[in-house]
Amino acid sequence: MAANMSLKKNPMPTQEPSVRAKNFDEVALGYSEETAINEAMRCLNCKHMPCVNGCPVKIHIPEFIGKIKEGDFEGAYQVINRSSSLPAVCGRVCPQESQCESKCVRGIKGEPVGIGRLERFVADWHNAHAAGEVKRPESNGHKVAVVGSGPSGLTCAGDLAKKGYEVTVFEALHLAGGVLVYGIPEFRLPKAIVQKEVDTLKSLGVKIETNVVIGKTVTVDELFEDGFEAVFIGSGAGLPRFMGIPGESLKGVYSANEFLTRSNLMKAYRDDSTTPILHAKRVAVVGGGNVAMDAARTALRLGAEEVSIVYRRSLDELPARAEEVEHAMEEGIIFRVLNNPTEIIGYNNPEDRRDPKNGFVTGMRCIRCELGEPDEKGRRRPVEIEGSEWVLDVDCVIMSIGTSPNPLIKATTEGLEVNRHGGIIVEEETGKTSKDGVYAGGDAVTGAATVILAMGAGKTAADAIDKYLSK
Amino acid sequence: MYKIINKKQLNPTVTMMDIEAPLVARKAEPGQFIILRVSEDGERIPLTVAGYNREAGTVKIIFQIVGATTNLLNKKSEGEYIQDFVGPLGVASKLDGLKKVCIVGGGVGCAIALPIAQKLHEMGCEVHSIIGFRSKDLLILEDEFRAASDKLTVMTDDGSAGRQGVVTLPLKEAIEDGEAYDEIITIGPLIMMKFVVETARPYNIPTTVSMNPIMIDGTGMCGGCRLTVGGKTKFACVDGPDFNGYEVDFDEAMSRASMYRDFERHAYDESCNLFSKEVK
Repeated sequence: MAANMSLKKNPMPTQEPSVRAKNFDEVALGYSEETAINEAMRCLNCKHMPCVNGCPVKIHIPEFIGKIKEGDFEGAYQVINRSSSLPAVCGRVCPQESQCESKCVRGIKGEPVGIGRLERFVADWHNAHAAGEVKRPESNGHKVAVVGSGPSGLTCAGDLAKKGYEVTVFEALHLAGGVLVYGIPEFRLPKAIVQKEVDTLKSLGVKIETNVVIGKTVTVDELFEDGFEAVFIGSGAGLPRFMGIPGESLKGVYSANEFLTRSNLMKAYRDDSTTPILHAKRVAVVGGGNVAMDAARTALRLGAEEVSIVYRRSLDELPARAEEVEHAMEEGIIFRVLNNPTEIIGYNNPEDRRDPKNGFVTGMRCIRCELGEPDEKGRRRPVEIEGSEWVLDVDCVIMSIGTSPNPLIKATTEGLEVNRHGGIIVEEETGKTSKDGVYAGGDAVTGAATVILAMGAGKTAADAIDKYLSK
Repeated sequence: MYKIINKKQLNPTVTMMDIEAPLVARKAEPGQFIILRVSEDGERIPLTVAGYNREAGTVKIIFQIVGATTNLLNKKSEGEYIQDFVGPLGVASKLDGLKKVCIVGGGVGCAIALPIAQKLHEMGCEVHSIIGFRSKDLLILEDEFRAASDKLTVMTDDGSAGRQGVVTLPLKEAIEDGEAYDEIITIGPLIMMKFVVETARPYNIPTTVSMNPIMIDGTGMCGGCRLTVGGKTKFACVDGPDFNGYEVDFDEAMSRASMYRDFERHAYDESCNLFSKEVK
């Protein structure tokens, strides 16, 4: 078969921007079988496989793409499944452009192979066609506890279960999935897909205990007393950060975590939901990461007339994935870059203290910035332009400027060391913490990062736990 | 699913339930809270622990029917189940070393104050309790408070039970009469706690308040429950719910508590309509 030498990727079919901006259905619609095979033909099957080195979980990319070329989609799934427990998720939310696809030889002249789109195709094909029970491995008699059911926890649990460990996952919320269910919106990652991945783990024998807050309901030390021989902590990001500017406690100011949790986990976007959410008309989202894009696009779908991203650097420095920024722009999100908020302004009727409008957001004062010298990370530092303050007319502000690690486990686990930001300290190669038998990974260690990095950490820890308990 | 072991109507709008939740019962302490969902797709609501029985594995909750979710919860009967029940969350009240304490409870807040009074009483601390209600019909837990207090004052707005007036009245009298409290612990409506703090301030008696703001996850993830305490942003779910009353910005907390007032009133009306339709 001749390689497809087109310089461009097969485009991803999507819902029309004007249509999707009004619904919560998935934006990207996925490749057809024909398109997938055509895209697979763009892979040159390089002997040195640079793409694999760009993948945090080391999926054997040329091999799975080879199976697609042959039309063996289930075979392709089995290749991915050797390395990744959550292919349908990763195919949707991984920043492929800075990982596998950034290393693709085809990207030197033209666009890289659409590896992420092919991964997604394969996972969706499997979920639609290959029914049937997953074979449950024979138990090796060892019990492992996993704290948190987000990407790192699910990956660690899946890998250990495949090796025969008896794994119990403890989740604080009422639903498993962590950030995949409370953070990432339906239009980017349908919750039915997350549920399917969780169900697959359950059929591997993984037990999931919801409504258990480790560090409160049960401590890490008590898990050992209860017979668990190793513990993996993947408790995720914690307290949302605020800027410390005046007005952040006004009504209509949300953290992105709260806004997204209300909409995603608590389904406030549905008409029949019992969860309240502000259906604001003019929304400012402060920050430039993927979470900021998710919040902005959610606000738009909830009926806002104007949604702005307010970011202190320029478009080039936006930390969000290129595709998310592109989708947001297509949908009409306004990017007010090189602006930094200095104050949130609220309604105040001095004549009537009982005026129901009192205390609600009416605007946000911003100061314009220009880019100065690069900082230690090489990103150009924003410098405020004196006297350039102006007021953005908004009735809702969503702060999306990161999180600091959750303090609950640290506070109740003696011997668990954390860094000055509160992140759990681990050995990078193993995920081992300062406490014997306790491993950690994901945002609880790194602070807010990506799904795939958390999965990589879950995988590393699963290997290390296996070695530790096989001794 | 969590079984309702016992249900009792304390007054027309306040209900008590014992919920089977052994893991929560094993750890719960006065001052902590739980989060529950009555049904699938329901709202998560925080309720402060009103008691626990470690042997029986049950946790006591007392709630006022104020919105759609508490209305739904109140429709559940003994033997039925609620969807989710998680906890104990928050930091337990710090009671060690207290020798003489005045507990000031208002309305359904008395339900939360009671386990604190009981624990202090067991510790041998001298407990003076002041409990306030709008009227006699709404008076709850009087006998329980009497058993746990060295001195009990009941106040009602209309004088239909106990003395007429607000809770700060007897508090101020007691302080001026020379009662030397190590601490005042107050739980009730925000406006009441604010005035208890203002009553205590001139005498510089340490005053602890129990905050119960809007919350979702209850584990320090969403930030919805933030308060300004001593000029800093604090999260009631992980830093509280108890705070130094002198430092809490009550006006801001009251404003934030009203954020969804319209939505809640509408949802409550809907939930009532739903049931009246069923009855028809």
